[in-house]
Amino acid sequence: MSEQNSQIPVTVLTGYLGSGKTTLLNRILSEDHGKRYAVIVNEFGEIGIDNDLIVESDEEIYEMNNGCVCCTVRGDLVRVVEGLTRRPGRFDAIIVETTGLADPAPVAQTFFMDDDVRAKTKLDAVVALVDAKHLPLRLKDSREAADQIAFADVVVLNKTDLVSPEELATVEAAVRQINPSARIHKTERAGVALSDVLDRGAFDLKRALENDPHFLDHDHPDHVCGPDCDHDHHHGHDHDHDHHHHHAHGELSPIHDVGVSSISLRAGEMDPKKFFPWLNKTTQMDGPNILRLKGIIAFKDDPERYVVQGVHMIVEGDHQRAWKEGEKRESRLVFIGRELDRERLKRTFEACQA
Amino acid sequence: MPTVAPLDLEGHCIAVAWLNNTPHFALADGVVHRLDNGQKSVEFHDGLLCAVPMQDGRRLLTGGEDGKIFALSSDGSVELLAEIGRKWVTSVAAGPHEATAFASGRVAYVRFSDGRIREFQHSRSVEGLAFAPKGMRLGVARYNGATLHFPATEGKPTELEWAGAHTGITFSPDGNFLVTTMQENALHGWKLADGKHMRMTGYPAKVKSFSWSAKGRWLATSGAPAAIVWPFQGKDGPMGKAPLELGTRGNVMVTQVCCHPAEDIVAIGYSDGMILAARFADAKEVLLRRPGKGAITAMSWDAQGGRLAFGSDAGDCGLVDISA
Repeated sequence: MSEQNSQIPVTVLTGYLGSGKTTLLNRILSEDHGKRYAVIVNEFGEIGIDNDLIVESDEEIYEMNNGCVCCTVRGDLVRVVEGLTRRPGRFDAIIVETTGLADPAPVAQTFFMDDDVRAKTKLDAVVALVDAKHLPLRLKDSREAADQIAFADVVVLNKTDLVSPEELATVEAAVRQINPSARIHKTERAGVALSDVLDRGAFDLKRALENDPHFLDHDHPDHVCGPDCDHDHHHGHDHDHDHHHHHAHGELSPIHDVGVSSISLRAGEMDPKKFFPWLNKTTQMDGPNILRLKGIIAFKDDPERYVVQGVHMIVEGDHQRAWKEGEKRESRLVFIGRELDRERLKRTFEACQA
Repeated sequence: MPTVAPLDLEGHCIAVAWLNNTPHFALADGVVHRLDNGQKSVEFHDGLLCAVPMQDGRRLLTGGEDGKIFALSSDGSVELLAEIGRKWVTSVAAGPHEATAFASGRVAYVRFSDGRIREFQHSRSVEGLAFAPKGMRLGVARYNGATLHFPATEGKPTELEWAGAHTGITFSPDGNFLVTTMQENALHGWKLADGKHMRMTGYPAKVKSFSWSAKGRWLATSGAPAAIVWPFQGKDGPMGKAPLELGTRGNVMVTQVCCHPAEDIVAIGYSDGMILAARFADAKEVLLRRPGKGAITAMSWDAQGGRLAFGSDAGDCGLVDISA
């Protein structure tokens, strides 16, 4: 078996106290889905299941000594993951539950920055649980609530039974405004289908963007949520909803004033000699403020699509597949972060065109 | 010619040790195997995380995922030394007078031979543990430095600071130097007399294995496609001196090093399972074992230096006899 195939997938579960993380974890641990999970928690707390694959670990943020303030890893995860992977075959995947206030970046970065961890495991997705009732307050009083949403590949908007349809629409708009590319699932009592949160391949360059073919499209004036639009596909699509409200990227949601925004860029074919130095410089300069970036790049004279993704200053990219016949060869890039200069990013990105 | 007697086991080998001249192979699944007129084994941990021989060379100190700390004797009997509940015991160290130390989370524990246990709370995780060669002194590797405790007294600990995460720790055999491995690809050292810093950098990978040579004149380390061996003969340690690079191979990383107990020779284990012996004086190499199934994760010479026990992350363990 190649090393690539034997990498164990890791799901990171974030969310404030009371958002339903424990309920979801208990479901993952008790439902009959034929898979075994090792779970790394900050404290056993209310997990009602006795399982020797639940490991308690103190969140230990280590700054790397390389002068980069955003280069942090979870030191305890390095150790626990190393220990768990010494006995493979006991479990199929790992779930890391973070404390309510946790910044998801160090957790995610651990799986890119530590060579040993990276050799044995791969980050599958960051899942954020959000309490629909309390999110507005959380967004006002803490930076982490917005960071967790901004960072997520999947947002589980939980406890929808505790709010009115109008409140829910407002909360969803706030989530969508912070992170236009995340999948949002609306649930009660963390009742999301496990297949929607586990084994997502969100960090797999080959799968990530294919998975969500219009991950960048929601800011596009041409985009209309059709019946095949899988946003919120569990609850069917609310065809009455106001697109301008739900995908209100141009206007501020009334409850979202937390400084996290997303910037979608598009341009034509790129010159790799300009694009890579630009991406390096941008992530060096804006790294602390860039929470996530993802993109599909069309390079001139390159028959294949190039995909990139990043967390703060860590960026990785690879060729994904050949451009299909008739497929529009354009380059698209999304930044999610704080205090990003939209005009400068747009101007300098477009300057990389071939 | 060195001869290899393989011992094919299942699982990741955490440590090998000679107890009463019998080779022991401690595996991650909690089973310790030994070669004592045939292969014998004893299972006592639900998941073994760390193991070191006691200073008397007769017992193996182990810590596990089950929150237990055991001492295993060469007859296969085990003594439960301590139990801290449902927590991982991530490192252990063997001290003088049968004292032992172990760590879990942010607490370091010292257990004296009479069974008394002292706890030392830290503000950050306790990573590595090591006892000083003389006196009752315990070194703790932690975030941003190391802490030296004096467990037998009520004295205040000594704090040694250096930015970054320190993971492993070792005292030089003469007690003059303290060296830590780091989350970055580097070692850090302190000259204990004056606290002077020693930076040992330039590794392409994390340093996970280190071994002092006979009389403590050299410190051999992993973390590169060669064994990096730092000179510690001078009063300032390796400062201003270049290390030796022994057993250099193209793309294959050194994963374990183990210095010979008498000669200035180091056994070098690689990620492909190969083992070489290299002499410091002239860098001459001898092949001890051809590549195997897994990376070498543990090595130990017997007291005379005639036999080397080794283990890998794939369970292909064995003995190399160089005395023939």
